[in-house]
Amino acid sequence: MDLYEYQGKQLFARFGIPVSEGKLASSPEEARAVAEELGGQVVVKAQVLTGGRGKAGGIKLADTPEEAARRAEEILGLDIRGHIVGKVWVEKASDIAKEYYLSITFDRGEKQPLLMLTTEGGVEIEEVAERSPDALARVHVDPLMGFQPFQARWLCFTAGVADPDEQKQVIGLVGRLYDAFVGADAMLCEINPLIVTPEGEVKALDSKFTVDDNALFRHPDIAEMRDLDAGEPQERLAREKGVTYVKLDGEIGILGNGAGLVMSTLDVIAQVGGRPANFCDLGGGGDAEGVVDALEVITSDPQVKGILFNIFGGITRGDEVARGILEALDRMTIELPIVVRLDGTNAEEGRAMLIEAASPNLYVEETMLSAAERVVELAGAR
Amino acid sequence: MAIIVDSETRLVVQGITGREGSFHAARNKAYGTNVVAGVTPGKGGGDVDGIPVFDSVREAVAETSPNTAMVFVPARFAADAIYEAVDAGIETVICITEGIPAHDMLRVYNYVYPRGVTLVGPNCPGVLSPGKANVGIIPAEIFREGNVGLVSRSGTLTYQIGHELAQLGVGQSTIVGIGGDPVVGSSFLDVLARFERDPETEYVVMVGEIGGAEEEKAASFIEAEMTKPVIAYIAGFTAPPGKTMGHAGAIISGTAGTAQAKKEALEAHGVRVGTNPTEVARLVAEVVGART
Repeated sequence: MDLYEYQGKQLFARFGIPVSEGKLASSPEEARAVAEELGGQVVVKAQVLTGGRGKAGGIKLADTPEEAARRAEEILGLDIRGHIVGKVWVEKASDIAKEYYLSITFDRGEKQPLLMLTTEGGVEIEEVAERSPDALARVHVDPLMGFQPFQARWLCFTAGVADPDEQKQVIGLVGRLYDAFVGADAMLCEINPLIVTPEGEVKALDSKFTVDDNALFRHPDIAEMRDLDAGEPQERLAREKGVTYVKLDGEIGILGNGAGLVMSTLDVIAQVGGRPANFCDLGGGGDAEGVVDALEVITSDPQVKGILFNIFGGITRGDEVARGILEALDRMTIELPIVVRLDGTNAEEGRAMLIEAASPNLYVEETMLSAAERVVELAGAR
Repeated sequence: MAIIVDSETRLVVQGITGREGSFHAARNKAYGTNVVAGVTPGKGGGDVDGIPVFDSVREAVAETSPNTAMVFVPARFAADAIYEAVDAGIETVICITEGIPAHDMLRVYNYVYPRGVTLVGPNCPGVLSPGKANVGIIPAEIFREGNVGLVSRSGTLTYQIGHELAQLGVGQSTIVGIGGDPVVGSSFLDVLARFERDPETEYVVMVGEIGGAEEEKAASFIEAEMTKPVIAYIAGFTAPPGKTMGHAGAIISGTAGTAQAKKEALEAHGVRVGTNPTEVARLVAEVVGART
């Protein structure tokens, strides 16, 4: 789960990482009130779950409360890489002497958290990694040993943070960021830029914070931060119904059992000239309830012109799945062509049940490839 | 021979009194796996399908000498269960549980790995050596005995490929589901190395998917260290970046972990990559046919 900048900063503050004082606003009036309360120059920042906000005009300075309101009006409703801005974060503007970058990522390959620090902050880190890899100091932390201050000292020496007072602040901050990373079950904690003010104060000017979905049961307060209005409407509906669904932009709706098999099905659809409309994993089951919920989500996407079921019966038997599909189709009206491919345990019985049902828009195929070809052909004819 | 599980396996099932645990323990036993004990804290003294239940793994070890543990414990308690098995001296732990926090697995991995314990999973279907032992939830009836080793990050996709192979008359030595999480115990590389050493395995099929860089590491390993032919498949060419595709580990981060990059890495190291499950099975049958 990705957090908004302001949510990440709230967590930073909780772990003792210095951030600027600010408040959230969802209208120009609210932005004006916040600016007035904060006093002086403020910065108005679009809250969206994507990068490139500055370039898109989503971050603006304001000298007065009136200007803050005008800036908020310009930013609210902006489309930034497909994300519509619904909220802005208004905080005290900071004077910037230097811009650094600090992050902790979950390094899957090494199976250890990875700390990274560079004094070339404020730009995309991939750019720095490519342009001057030596400027990017990196150190892994053994999760059983935990973070040790020598690791932050090493980062400072390697990255070239030379000022002793700055070093002291950065070393403390790295430790607190590691605490936040472990304490919040994060997959990523990134501060870009980590600034040094002309007075020599080090603080986080931005935050990128991703929390492990599987650990949210330990963090009910973070789980509540999820923005239920964000994302595609189909994905919101899927979340409500507990359906594992990812929206794509094609026309073939896809349901299958098992993440790998569904991914493979999307690929096969593309190979035969179609475009998948979604990823949807029914999981181990295939009961009518689960199928109805999934179909409701898939058919809520107006782009869908055909539906493909790709089911491999294992422990779940093919006839049970067929019964689930038929029951689901009984309970809802779908006029789109539906192609079902059923294989594995008791597949023959399942296929016979589907054929016997003889719905005019229900087609039964024996292989994954033939089913993919069929549904693409049927959808194309519409 | 086969790898990881075989007729020497003596299995203890942790979480045996749960719905999934009891169902699959009974299935594994019915297949012929030597299931010697179950563990559920507080339920010691009872039995599930004739399998004695103990309160702790230590007791189970003292009474029944298992060498392998299967974990069906709910996600929030699963790390604890793995530590308990390792602490009791179990050499092989197969964890089926889905949804374990990634930080828990990070610590488990770093604890388990230096102790020489074989951990398979989590979030995996388990390990099946046809004709010898089945530990996990793989439907054994799809597979037949043979000389092809199969290793995969996905469950049903593995069944699909096993099924297609069976239709072409090709059987398996062992099927290993390594799991779909960001941090799993045995990697492709670990399992490939075992298949290379296993006299019963003559060919290997490796089924990968988007996310991480384990397939890329496996590619260099195959070229440098393996004499047995490997055929690969990668799922997720149409997956968008930044979205988790069902498996917690199946996510393209920025530009890293794409199916295309994995395919290119494998091909650059001389590994043939099938474009869909049917083609993978055909390629395997072709290689097997050419060698016999």
